[in-house]
Amino acid sequence: MAIVPVLNRRDFLKTGAVGSVALVIGFHLSPSALADQAAEQEKKIPNPLDAWVRITPDNQVTLILGKSEMGQGIMTALPMILAEELCLDWKNVKVEQAPTNPKVYDHGTGGSGSVSGSWLPMRRAGAAAREMLITAAAARWNVSRDTCKAQDGGILHGARKNFLTFGELVSDAAKLPVPDFKTVPLKNSSEFTIVGHDTRRFEGRDKATGAAKFGLDARVPGMQFAVIARCPVFGGRVKTFDAAKAKAVPGVRDVFAVDPVAQGAFTAGGVVVLADNSWAAIQGRKALQVTWDEGPAVSESSASLRQQFVDNASKPGKVVRNDGDADAAVSAVGKKVEAIYELPFAPHATMEPMNCTVHIRPDSAEAWVPTQAPQWAQEVIAGVSKLPLEKVVVHTTLMGGGFGRRYQADFVMEAAQVAKVTGKPVMVFWTREDDMQHGFYRPASYHHFTGALDDQANVAAWKHFQTSTSIDAMWSPKGQETPENSEFATAAFIPYHAPNYRVEYTLAKSSVPRAWWRSVEHSSSGFVVESFVDELAVAAGADPLEFRLRHIGDDRKIPDFTNPKENKPLDTARLKGVLRLAAEKAGWGKPLPNGISRGIAGYYSFESYTAAVAEVSVKDGAVKVHRIVYAVDCGRPINPEGVRAQVESAAIYGLSAALHNAITIRGGRVEQSNFNDYEMPRMAETPKTEVHVIMSQEEPTGIGEPGLPVIAPAICNAIFAATGKRIRRLPIRSEDLA
Amino acid sequence: MAISFTLNGKVTSVDVSPDMPLLWVLRDTLNMTGTKFGCGMALCGACTVHINGEATRSCITAVSSIAGKKVTTIEGLSVDGSHPVQQAWMEEDVPQCGYCQSGQIMSAVALLRKKPQPTDADIDDAMSGNICRCGTYQRIRKAIHRAASMPVSKA
Repeated sequence: MAIVPVLNRRDFLKTGAVGSVALVIGFHLSPSALADQAAEQEKKIPNPLDAWVRITPDNQVTLILGKSEMGQGIMTALPMILAEELCLDWKNVKVEQAPTNPKVYDHGTGGSGSVSGSWLPMRRAGAAAREMLITAAAARWNVSRDTCKAQDGGILHGARKNFLTFGELVSDAAKLPVPDFKTVPLKNSSEFTIVGHDTRRFEGRDKATGAAKFGLDARVPGMQFAVIARCPVFGGRVKTFDAAKAKAVPGVRDVFAVDPVAQGAFTAGGVVVLADNSWAAIQGRKALQVTWDEGPAVSESSASLRQQFVDNASKPGKVVRNDGDADAAVSAVGKKVEAIYELPFAPHATMEPMNCTVHIRPDSAEAWVPTQAPQWAQEVIAGVSKLPLEKVVVHTTLMGGGFGRRYQADFVMEAAQVAKVTGKPVMVFWTREDDMQHGFYRPASYHHFTGALDDQANVAAWKHFQTSTSIDAMWSPKGQETPENSEFATAAFIPYHAPNYRVEYTLAKSSVPRAWWRSVEHSSSGFVVESFVDELAVAAGADPLEFRLRHIGDDRKIPDFTNPKENKPLDTARLKGVLRLAAEKAGWGKPLPNGISRGIAGYYSFESYTAAVAEVSVKDGAVKVHRIVYAVDCGRPINPEGVRAQVESAAIYGLSAALHNAITIRGGRVEQSNFNDYEMPRMAETPKTEVHVIMSQEEPTGIGEPGLPVIAPAICNAIFAATGKRIRRLPIRSEDLA
Repeated sequence: MAISFTLNGKVTSVDVSPDMPLLWVLRDTLNMTGTKFGCGMALCGACTVHINGEATRSCITAVSSIAGKKVTTIEGLSVDGSHPVQQAWMEEDVPQCGYCQSGQIMSAVALLRKKPQPTDADIDDAMSGNICRCGTYQRIRKAIHRAASMPVSKA
């Protein structure tokens, strides 16, 4: 029985904000209604010379970016696509953030979907603009269009060697009808001079000089600064507060309470300390006296949650998938392997803490937001200010990391609430402690695997029971939750032949907020699947690479069990390709330096294929990761340099969660507060990371996240090779290595 | 009470509470937002500036303690990004989100002043106070080596 997707992140990203009436309806549109909606979208194709490309008479070309740049490099990659079709000289290109206008731009940035979702639309927009400029030139010269071509930021007419710059043509071109996007001729990929070539990030200079402006850097005349005292217990509320001492701190202007906002924004509410500057706000909050009505969540702890997990695992769960008869196969067959894996809550821990600056005026509003969802920020501010959307200007800033956290609207809602009270521009910013303790965490999960090998030492049975705190259980409207939908992904359609294959799920209740963390459910699924297949390989006495390749088997396309409608199957040839390439580049099978062992993992996520080989050593209860060799296939790479950077990035992000840190709960609150009790990897422990990018001709797919799921299992598989000790619980603890 | 110090070569005077950390004086009083807030506890290095040439975490440095001293921020390294370390950063395409990079660069400049040809161990030591959540460490290391190999110039 196929999982019916009620909420997956793709749908969420398409439809925008959760909790609004329009969105709830959107989740349940019939296929024909969805098609009508798509047709409606098509009608409103904007003029590319207005929406995407701005050309001034002096021939300065500015490309417009509709998505959010959070370090993943799309401020470079997406304009590269436009520039390619427009035949621009990339050196002369400027890039600007689009104004927030969801009628024109598909703003939501996440799911590693920007390049794959923008590839065709950006090509068409660039091509349409090019064709309009050609038409304008041909008219100016009174020649046939066929004799004109775009080149070096202008139109060349070969026979008479005439050349007009785009700047000279744009005012004529902009008046022309926009070509049909469906039929506008696209450049032949063999002629690409920009796409597929290493390109330094566009805003690199600003980021090396301190000129780059992040959300926290917004400066508006007359602005105030505010922090919020939030109940440390999830779901708790203000009982009483005494503002006297806070108001006595120099620079503090006001102290007042804001209500929590439930479904959608999920704010905590609390007491606002409003001040002239950031330091006064922080000091004012220190002097604030608040008593809390902690609420029922106070009884939740990591220990109580784990007990729930254990209790859930002792009973059957909801069957998600059931091929053959896994129970019978396990009883019948000789070699059985059992394992329990556990992963904790994980915070995003962006270097720039949450913040949002809002100014609500009587007739209009303006905001400066480091956001992955400008369209949702706009809706939230419109809702609070009771202004129409067109009167709410949202400037998307650069942001110091996103990783999914900045897709949320909580920090926007809070700022809008405060702005409504003060009537002045105000930045509500979070300290590191606020950020660590009021996040939307990657769910904690517990997995019971049972597998069996037949007498050929092939996998006969694969049983995967998972219990977790589930993202879907928090976000789907009440009564429509399908908590298992957000928790398995590729774990529900593993590429390994397993004739008896059963997947089960039971929801664990939790008050801890959960949402999308870099690679989402793949961060857990990748670890458990690639660890368990490794355990089976060891039980079979087989080489872990050979065992995987043999069980992946022939070239075939495996449908995505969690999303069959979207028709984005797992291509086993490509998965084998990255496994083989990573192994080859790592010297898999060749002798190792003394004390070093290797582990491998390969995985499919966000329509991309990644494999990693980790080289580790274990000494005195500590693991050192020396080297990671990656192979990645994300289809045609727009900017191979950017692809490598993203994989290097995901490696460290995943390594952090594997080796260092966890969010733990006690008394219904997060125990960690800053980087002293939530340690981050530092320069000294960075492994030498090599990334081999397959120069594919397939459609471009995601790379911001796919590097992450393979890192923890590769490391843990290497630890097993080194020590014979199987790590089944993250983060790795020294007692697990002793 | 007015506190005077030299900021990027210019004598500057601010009238703020003496216990206000230099970080917030820079960011809020002087609107110089190149120096970043990451943790407020000198654990992440995003706030790194130079005080009399020494790399210092400005989030825990009371402004009263820098009276009369020379402060250099990221904005003061060059007017146009031409500082060799900044050039190396650009050539190696180091930044991703970029938020930690002001602090990284300030720490790197201080290191190279002390050790013009740093070893990897020197880099580990000097840069261990600067967190990068985007994981650019490998490229930072490469950029420091690259800057070390550039012709010496007055920084």
